[in-house]
Amino acid sequence: MWIKAGLFHLLLSYVLAMVLMVMPLPALLEPWRPDWLSLVIIYWLLAIPHRVGFGTVLILGLLADILMGSVFGIYAIALLLIAYPTVRHYQRIRNYSLTQQAIIVGILVLVKRAVVYELEHVLNDAVFHLPYLYPVISSAIIWPWIYLIMRKYRRRYLIR
Amino acid sequence: MQSLFERGPSIRTRLVLSLAIAGSLLFLDYRLNTMQPVRSFMTSLVAPIQYIAVLPEALLDRLVYLSTTRTALREENYRLQQELLELEMAMQRLNFLENENDRLRQLLGSDVRQASRRMVAEVVAVATDPFSHQLVINKGSGNGVYYGQPVLDNRGIVGQIISVGRNTARVLLISDQSHAILLRAERNDIRVLAKGTGDLELLELLYIPHSTELIEGDILLSSGLGGIYPEGYPVAMVDSVSRNEDRPYARVLVRPFAELDRVRTLLLLWPANATEEPVFDDEVPDVD
Repeated sequence: MWIKAGLFHLLLSYVLAMVLMVMPLPALLEPWRPDWLSLVIIYWLLAIPHRVGFGTVLILGLLADILMGSVFGIYAIALLLIAYPTVRHYQRIRNYSLTQQAIIVGILVLVKRAVVYELEHVLNDAVFHLPYLYPVISSAIIWPWIYLIMRKYRRRYLIR
Repeated sequence: MQSLFERGPSIRTRLVLSLAIAGSLLFLDYRLNTMQPVRSFMTSLVAPIQYIAVLPEALLDRLVYLSTTRTALREENYRLQQELLELEMAMQRLNFLENENDRLRQLLGSDVRQASRRMVAEVVAVATDPFSHQLVINKGSGNGVYYGQPVLDNRGIVGQIISVGRNTARVLLISDQSHAILLRAERNDIRVLAKGTGDLELLELLYIPHSTELIEGDILLSSGLGGIYPEGYPVAMVDSVSRNEDRPYARVLVRPFAELDRVRTLLLLWPANATEEPVFDDEVPDVD
């Protein structure tokens, strides 16, 4: 049995996250775009860690690299580095309140962005701008809703 | 079914393994540049995502178009006809000057300039990463788009093609931090090198001595020296010149003519010496 229940809907959520990642936004909102892909990955790692693992994160990271046009592997490395603490402590994070989870997610997104920036800085001499960290705040704020919506989605389509 | 005891390698081993794969891909792509075929394959793979992403915007545009009134259309039509008339008059003069220029160049014994071929492309997606200013357009290798091709809009140079898929291609904007372009001042032919700053509205000129004759408002054209961009297209206007003697060079900021933050329609250019040929789609006229 290779195809498990809810595979289609699992993949659909990844596609949706990537669509939201590249969707054009008004210039005013653009710097505040939440880090959709990281949020979705963190949720699945918390909810079904026996199914979504480093392999999935690696592939999604490489696809994100292609979508963003960055050097192959930058997003993959950053996402893998935040996947590790998530998988390591998923049982603890699951039992936190939504506010506490939001703070954890904010820190994870911050780490991810810092890693991406450092790699871009080493490889392409990127210069740091403060707006690059705005999504840390917006991702943390939007996390409780993402969590609730995704939980409903998971139960509805029996993804386990 | 979730088992109580984990099987297989520990998560640390799995992390190290995945990181090793990602790291070696990074090395292969960045250092050895061997990933180009894989990249173009995956670019085609993710193209549907980019098309879905712009769908809402396209639908909105369509709705706005459908709801325009007859009067508004008539007014726009009138305005466009006036514009066309003016452009046609300018064109006659340009043709005359071009012919004269060719004749004079023949007299001087230098090569006659050849016309370049063009194709219109639409922007389908914008990379939102602030560290890489890139656009995705809806023309690819199937239309004869090639690596390093210059891309313009109606105001000036926008950037160059850095990767080509079957039906899409990626444009690196001149404002990207890894991009530099050779320019020449229109007024006094000073040659300069303009590097992107990561800000869509500003480029920086490198290695400008404090004694430079550049002043604010000078227009910079492409010099054609890099071999990628054709000569003589407008690129930027000098925005500020700061001659702080503490620094080794004067700091000159220039503002690109092309509106890089809101480009929708682009122009692909095939210079006369390009080996690739543009392949035009069979245009289906839009009836409604």
